[in-house]
Amino acid sequence: MGALNVNTALLRQILVGFVRDEVHKVGLRKGVLGLSGGIDSALVAFIAAEALGPENVYAYTMPYRTSNPESEAHARLVAEKLGVNHELIEITPMVDAYFENFPDADNMRRGNKMARERMTILYDQSAAVGGLVLGTSNKTELLLGYGTLHGDMASALNPIGDIYKSQVWELSEAMGVPSEVIEKKPSADLWAGQTDEQELGFTYRAADELLFRMVDQRMSREELIAFGFEPQFVDGVHKKVQGSHFKRRLPVIAKVSNRTIDRDFRYARDWGM
Amino acid sequence: MDFTVALAQIKPKLGCTDDNMALVEAAIEEAIAEGAQLVVFPELALTGYFLKDLVPDVALRLDSPQVDKLKLLSRRISIAIGMVEVSADYRFFNSALYLEGGELRHVHRKVYLPTYGLFDEQRYLAHGDRFRAFDTRFGRYGILICEDMWHLSAPYLLAMDNATTLICLSSSPGRGVSGTRELGSSSAWQKLTSTTAMFLNCRVLYCNRVGYEDGINFWGGSEVVAPSGAVTARGALMEEDLVLARVEEGALRRERIFSPMMRDENMDLTLKELRRIDRENSR
Repeated sequence: MGALNVNTALLRQILVGFVRDEVHKVGLRKGVLGLSGGIDSALVAFIAAEALGPENVYAYTMPYRTSNPESEAHARLVAEKLGVNHELIEITPMVDAYFENFPDADNMRRGNKMARERMTILYDQSAAVGGLVLGTSNKTELLLGYGTLHGDMASALNPIGDIYKSQVWELSEAMGVPSEVIEKKPSADLWAGQTDEQELGFTYRAADELLFRMVDQRMSREELIAFGFEPQFVDGVHKKVQGSHFKRRLPVIAKVSNRTIDRDFRYARDWGM
Repeated sequence: MDFTVALAQIKPKLGCTDDNMALVEAAIEEAIAEGAQLVVFPELALTGYFLKDLVPDVALRLDSPQVDKLKLLSRRISIAIGMVEVSADYRFFNSALYLEGGELRHVHRKVYLPTYGLFDEQRYLAHGDRFRAFDTRFGRYGILICEDMWHLSAPYLLAMDNATTLICLSSSPGRGVSGTRELGSSSAWQKLTSTTAMFLNCRVLYCNRVGYEDGINFWGGSEVVAPSGAVTARGALMEEDLVLARVEEGALRRERIFSPMMRDENMDLTLKELRRIDRENSR
């Protein structure tokens, strides 16, 4: 380890400051997030509560009928510890109503639909309370593409998108996220017993060690293998990063004018803020 | 002469020159109230940093009402400040102005425009073509803007032009969180300002901004560095601040006696070798 270790006090200061500054500068006071019971959303809830005050944080737990009941209990634990607003919104009726017409849909389609159902709820609630939607995708899953485009990847602000899962664990401990939430196996919770690491085929720790050297330090394939990573692991992870890049970009626009959005019409999002 | 400097570690709003002008005026009033004779602002204090296509919209001419206003204020306190300057031929520069006694005394146009990693300045801005020291009521000064300072030749030229104080205006993004208490960018800058001061027996007045633009933080940590390389005052990390420090002429005099490297610097030798290198490289 070592390379991924972070000074949690400094990281906390930057991320809390980020949420506070970016929410306040658009003239709002509130943040909205999906609180799944997992560690990523728990950490974002902690950051948001510190940045905006718990009374200005609106957390929504949105279980489907196959979700693990433990997830809901963990979400409640986090919300109660922080004193943030917390509401339970079941997505089973909406999701099932849709798939009645498509009974053959596979797990991937169903999982994506659930993620997007939750997204529409968060954006609706953000309009209801007048807050910004806070993203809960970490750098590891963003790089691996282990998330649903326009689903859990959708947000207005993401405080943890530049920190790896290992760093999420480290910061969560420092900020007081309940140990039950930190210690359990990460899961997308689409069906009982599912774990991320089983589905990915490697551990987050191993992926982080590799991604940090591949992405942040720009080590070449040869250097990574000489460092001790298995060639198949290096190639497999690289393929996932490249193959999921479309998820990290805005839709591609066909250029016909002299000033095309994001190509030669370039402004920061904080334009005028 | 001895004087008090104020480093105005402000948080400009992106693309809002009017709001930023108000911030600047408030900081100037506070600096005056605190007894400062010189106030230093960050790079692009009047505009914010990640301007992209906003550059032409926020650019000011040197005869603009905003610059006139700063001139007026400089009757009460000397001012170093960053903005986008548009020239008569419509080139846009990342410029630093030094105003004193009601006049614009010096303009430095940033020479080294970083265009790598998260930076994209050369896409939007024209680069300056000179490093010149100039006289102020406090002595002979030189101005650098952020990336300029990372090029050894830039502070060297100003020191050879007899500057004994280097003002550096900065908008340095915070990055490189690791196991240490410092950001990668802040510890690198702190080494740089201190080493530059020591190498050139010059004081360094470094002013960095704070705030976030599109998720990128600016880490502040503005500092006054004595000619010995010792930091005499340092601003808060990532928070607005007005850093006040007394600057003593005696410290400069003593350091120049104690470590007379600049006295012994051999410009003829340097020029001769640079000419040879240039000759050999162009073969």
